[in-house]
Amino acid sequence: MSSIAQKKGFGATIWDYLTTVDHKKIAILYLISGGFFFIVGGIEAMLIRIQLAQPDNDFISAGFYNQILTMHGTTMIFLAAMPLLFAFMNAVVPLQIGARDVAFPFLNSLGFWMFFFGGIFLNLSWFMGGAPDAGWTSYASLSLASPGHGIDFYALGLQISGGGTLIAGINFLVTIINMRAPGMTYMRMPLFTWSTFVASALILFAFPPLTVGLFFMIFDRMFGANFFDHTMGGNTIIWEHLFWIFGHPEVYILILPAFGIFSEIFATFSRKRLFGYSAMVFATVLIGFLGFMVWVHHMFTVGMGPTANAIFAVATMAIAVPTGVKIFNWLLTMWGGSIKFTTAMLYAVGFIPTFVAGGVTGIMQAAAPLDYQLHDSYFIVAHFHYVIVGGVVLGLLAGLHFYWPLMFNTMLNETLGKLTFWLFFIGFHLTFFIQHFLGLLGMPRRVFTYGANQGWDLYNAISSFGAIFMAIGVAILVANIFMTISKNQAVGNDPWGDGRTLEWAIPQPVPFYNFKQTPLVRGLDTFWIEKQEGNKEGMLYAEPISDIHMPNNSIIPFVMSFGLFVGAFGALFNGEKSWAIPVLILGLIITFIAMGTRSLKDDLGYHIHKEDLMDTKGGKH
Amino acid sequence: MDLNTKYTPQSWPQHSENATLEGKNKFVGFWLFLGGETVLFASLFATYLALKNKGPSGMEFTTQELYELPLVFIMTMLLLTSSLTSVYAMYHMKNYNFKSMQAWLMVTVLLGAAFLGFEIYEFNHYVHLGFTYSQSAFSSAFFTLVGTHGLHVVIGLGWIILLMLRNSKRGLNLYNAPKFYLAALYWHFIDVVWVFIFTVVYLMGVIG
Repeated sequence: MSSIAQKKGFGATIWDYLTTVDHKKIAILYLISGGFFFIVGGIEAMLIRIQLAQPDNDFISAGFYNQILTMHGTTMIFLAAMPLLFAFMNAVVPLQIGARDVAFPFLNSLGFWMFFFGGIFLNLSWFMGGAPDAGWTSYASLSLASPGHGIDFYALGLQISGGGTLIAGINFLVTIINMRAPGMTYMRMPLFTWSTFVASALILFAFPPLTVGLFFMIFDRMFGANFFDHTMGGNTIIWEHLFWIFGHPEVYILILPAFGIFSEIFATFSRKRLFGYSAMVFATVLIGFLGFMVWVHHMFTVGMGPTANAIFAVATMAIAVPTGVKIFNWLLTMWGGSIKFTTAMLYAVGFIPTFVAGGVTGIMQAAAPLDYQLHDSYFIVAHFHYVIVGGVVLGLLAGLHFYWPLMFNTMLNETLGKLTFWLFFIGFHLTFFIQHFLGLLGMPRRVFTYGANQGWDLYNAISSFGAIFMAIGVAILVANIFMTISKNQAVGNDPWGDGRTLEWAIPQPVPFYNFKQTPLVRGLDTFWIEKQEGNKEGMLYAEPISDIHMPNNSIIPFVMSFGLFVGAFGALFNGEKSWAIPVLILGLIITFIAMGTRSLKDDLGYHIHKEDLMDTKGGKH
Repeated sequence: MDLNTKYTPQSWPQHSENATLEGKNKFVGFWLFLGGETVLFASLFATYLALKNKGPSGMEFTTQELYELPLVFIMTMLLLTSSLTSVYAMYHMKNYNFKSMQAWLMVTVLLGAAFLGFEIYEFNHYVHLGFTYSQSAFSSAFFTLVGTHGLHVVIGLGWIILLMLRNSKRGLNLYNAPKFYLAALYWHFIDVVWVFIFTVVYLMGVIG
């Protein structure tokens, strides 16, 4: 089937990607769209820093600033960081556990298209009367009062893309539970697979509260419900609880896979087995568990009383323990290793002090009395950028360089990569370190401007200056990507020379069916073991060559998601335009017809025959 | 997978719902999905409890005046019985008895539809009393919680009916056995949620 793709023209290639159910191609779709939204969110960040570069600036208006600020946060969390992580999960996890694909290839495609249409819907708000403007947390008392349709775009767009995320989470859980190759026990799974597993479990239990919260908001704003309106008996704090019961696990959903990527990189480029593997696994699971126990630390100032605040403060501080275990294990992995400072390794090494700094300020905020002082100030902004940029974004950039050869069979330029790292790393600390002090000096977050001579002028100018470095770094990265694509120099398998896990053992470019024979796993770092024992092929096989069952491509996921996209416009204009309800129904009909088609039409997939696999072309006709 | 493989009650696998890899994946995936659904309903329950009897000043609706236990009792019996009949259907699926399975599924659907009819009557009754969706925070929370359950009943009914129609001519095979099994599992879940609605919303509403 993929052989057809290779001979096709542009239109046919587009069609191939619209209908693909191959995890490797879906990974590329996630990478492209996540990368696009990362650039969009980055431009929004630059606009924020330009506006704040000097006091009493009027570069953008207050209302527009609120929209940009909201969209920067929402885009970066939901539309950039999460899909980019899904890109690596899709590209790597099935290969890492020796599977031919994810458990539900069709749902994998559906999850991507729902995320994609949700993201597009959210961003169409810019062209349809204004973006959401109540912050990425969209607290109900603020968002119910917001005029225009911005908040409606937020609630509906996130609902659609959140559904996609939930689907992807279940898919990875089942894949990791059911599809591991023989011998790949849980305690032989690479750390990236482990962290994907825990992050997916968090998605499964954290996204439903967001779904409920968003539905309340949709019903309140568009269908006359009164969940958050206190004059009608509602309670605005319900939104805060639901949002943070989702929102706090969400930050672990982001950081755990980044931890996983770093763990792979540290082991690979130190040429050592990961130090304290079982402690790492335990710490990952513990962080995932504690992640659900701490949401109230975002709400210390709501006034729930000292008992509630104390319990959640202690629970929050407890998370530092497993995180500290991880930090020390990474350091001890490097200890005595033969370290290679590739670009990916630079990001990993740079991540450690940065993330520790973010963790330390996190502990400061966990102390509820101090949080009353720090709440809603730039100290908070500095803290979460230290953990999210210093943790997640550095992890994504490290993963981008590390896994690029696995995804595209070519390598990003290392010199340009290191240049990007230094610019981004220095720029990051220039921008955000000083914001701790801005916060301590009393500058509130989310203000569009500030008066001169409060001691904030110079610090803000420095912060904005630092952002330029980050922007240049990202620009060089984009140039690096285009140069690498146009050169397209094939590198073959195990491009880093020190690959340890199954994904590096597979021939490059990765065949569309992944493994010709299901591999047999004999231990942690199975590829490394085989290499040490002189196995030229890099893996042992658990079965003779036999027919391979493959799923069929399908356009149905795209149509299903498109139906929701159409229906969302109907809900948005409910009570305002006469065509609103018909459009809502039309959209849902499109989705339900697509679902019905999927249910009624048997889709059994097809087989690649043994004889085709045996010949030199490896199943390509 | 070959759809034309003919089975006998003897050759039919003991656990036809997860005899294939696809079946296994669906089985695990659906249990996980139900885990997510549980959190969804937990959020709705928590909201309902927070907003119970809350409304604009001078609101006359309270749980004590609104709910009528005899009606809810009938609904509960209908849904609990339908859960039992879906167990019978699964029993016959295990024994590769397609006709009996279809018959018991039919009974399940009829009981579910009767439940739904009563629920529509109940909602309609409340709206006529002036207890509309927009009337108060209480009404919004009530209709959203119970209505979400009702929507699950509709989806469950649609799912079972579609499965019965699609497979009426060809009988059981290892491709559709997991589908029947999961539809029945979903139906049990709907039933369990209703037990909580019956307790938390209606019983605690009338007594507490």
